[in-house]
Amino acid sequence: MSIQSEDVLKIAHLARLGIQQEQVELYASDLSNIMNLVEQMNQVDTSDIEPMAHPLDQSQRLRSDVVTEVNQRETLQQNAPDIEDGLFLVPRVID
Amino acid sequence: MQWETVIGLEIHAQLATKSKIFSGASTAFGAEPNTQACAVDLGLPGTLPVLNEQAVRFAVKFGLAIGAHIAPYSVFARKNYFYPDLPKGYQTSQFDKPIVGLGQIDIEVDGEVKTIGVTRAHLEEDAGKSLHEDYQGMTGVDLNRAGTPLLEIVSEPDMRSSAEAVAFVKKLHTLVQYLGICDGNMQEGSFRCDVNVSVRPIGQEEFGTRAEIKNLNSFRFIEKAIAHEVERQIDVIESGGRVVQETRLYDANKDETRSMRSKEEANDYRYFPCPDLLPVEITAELLDEMRGDLPELPEAKKLRFQAQYKLSDYDADVLTTQRVMADYYEDAVNFSDGEAKLVANWVMGELSAGLNQHGLDISASPVGAERLGALVKRIADQTISGKIAKQVFEFLWASESTADEVIEREGLMQISDSGELEKIIDQLMADNPAQVEQFRGGKSKVLGFFVGSIMKQTQGKANPQEVNKLLQEKLKE
Repeated sequence: MSIQSEDVLKIAHLARLGIQQEQVELYASDLSNIMNLVEQMNQVDTSDIEPMAHPLDQSQRLRSDVVTEVNQRETLQQNAPDIEDGLFLVPRVID
Repeated sequence: MQWETVIGLEIHAQLATKSKIFSGASTAFGAEPNTQACAVDLGLPGTLPVLNEQAVRFAVKFGLAIGAHIAPYSVFARKNYFYPDLPKGYQTSQFDKPIVGLGQIDIEVDGEVKTIGVTRAHLEEDAGKSLHEDYQGMTGVDLNRAGTPLLEIVSEPDMRSSAEAVAFVKKLHTLVQYLGICDGNMQEGSFRCDVNVSVRPIGQEEFGTRAEIKNLNSFRFIEKAIAHEVERQIDVIESGGRVVQETRLYDANKDETRSMRSKEEANDYRYFPCPDLLPVEITAELLDEMRGDLPELPEAKKLRFQAQYKLSDYDADVLTTQRVMADYYEDAVNFSDGEAKLVANWVMGELSAGLNQHGLDISASPVGAERLGALVKRIADQTISGKIAKQVFEFLWASESTADEVIEREGLMQISDSGELEKIIDQLMADNPAQVEQFRGGKSKVLGFFVGSIMKQTQGKANPQEVNKLLQEKLKE
């Protein structure tokens, strides 16, 4: 399977990654190589193997439903570029 | 051409946990902005999610209540998209291995029962809130809601009218509250609904292209939005156009749906299993425990109310729609010494009217089940008449007094003592000889004059049956 330039641009846009126009070809080729590797693995018959959801062979530990966090707004907002009335401010989003 | 409507629903029920799905921050509604958003909720580097046990138990409980398959292993996945109220850049959700699989729910419309399939229900986190009022020309973000646990319930496209869709949503709304897994508060957004609507010519097998309508937070809006959208789609097709698959927003003020173009291209969510969370295992022990923990469900309760309290289908339905209402009713019946029908009338009549008028939920009723039951008991044993009881009820509403205290203090005890009533009647007959003559001359309507006068004189406290009996006797003498 090969990745085209437009695929690279689309993936980059979806992931909000800024890439240089002259690097698009390079990424297309690198990503194609990775896809080829996956394609190669796809040849192996895995029909009687359970798909793996996580490399650790364990199940999720659960936490009791207790409030353990206190209000740390002031601290947590110290690295926010802009705040007002306790809100984080971001460039205007219009629905 | 005749068209058929096809509807599928997605419902987001906020789970009634104290803390968030992946962090120990509080989920309480209405806090100051960002005071309940911790480092995990903000998606700060180095933080890791730890799953809330209660959220898992609630999801299992729901699955059991709709007879669904509960997955022994379910997996969390990342749904990737960018929006300022989603700080991590992905929503932690479930994708191909949800915790609750195929189940079903019966609805009733116009006396007909129909089974609606529930495709799945999965656990996920809620996003924060964007406030678009003007903050120096910017958007304000409150992340208190970010990370609140949601159960997303997805139905099969089994509904064929807005009435069926509303019946399904109402059924679910009642169910999640019965289970105690969601407070059902639609104003606060604890129970939200997205509707998938399409139309097709009657007889056509294949579904039409659907539009998804978001932002529906009342039963009425669901009904109106569907009606509007069906009309719009038929118009589009009949004028030679084609329905586009898209997300539309319902605007209640204008009663119309409009396209949300901004989200169209973002539909490529690139789901993948969340590496920060291990698969969730549901053991047989937990299933057994949750099964034992299931309350009596609405349907079963309704049937029991009809059998045990001899209530009509309608009364039983009204009284069991809310679990708190049903509990209130049963408590009140006990305190009334078993006056089931009379208590039903009072709960659905005076009490509900009072609660509606003051915009109160029954859980906040100023008159508790014990005091209402005791009042009904006094009607049943004829201490007071039904009419006087309404006066007593006003006192109960405004104070902490019991019915007996009010009756005693206000002197509202019914006069059934025939000696006392006879005295009043004798005096009345002596004062109104003309009317007595009229009655004896065959004008039986005059009886009303006598009854009315006695009631007026006793301020309504005379026992009406007794008055009637004595009057008949005396006037015929």
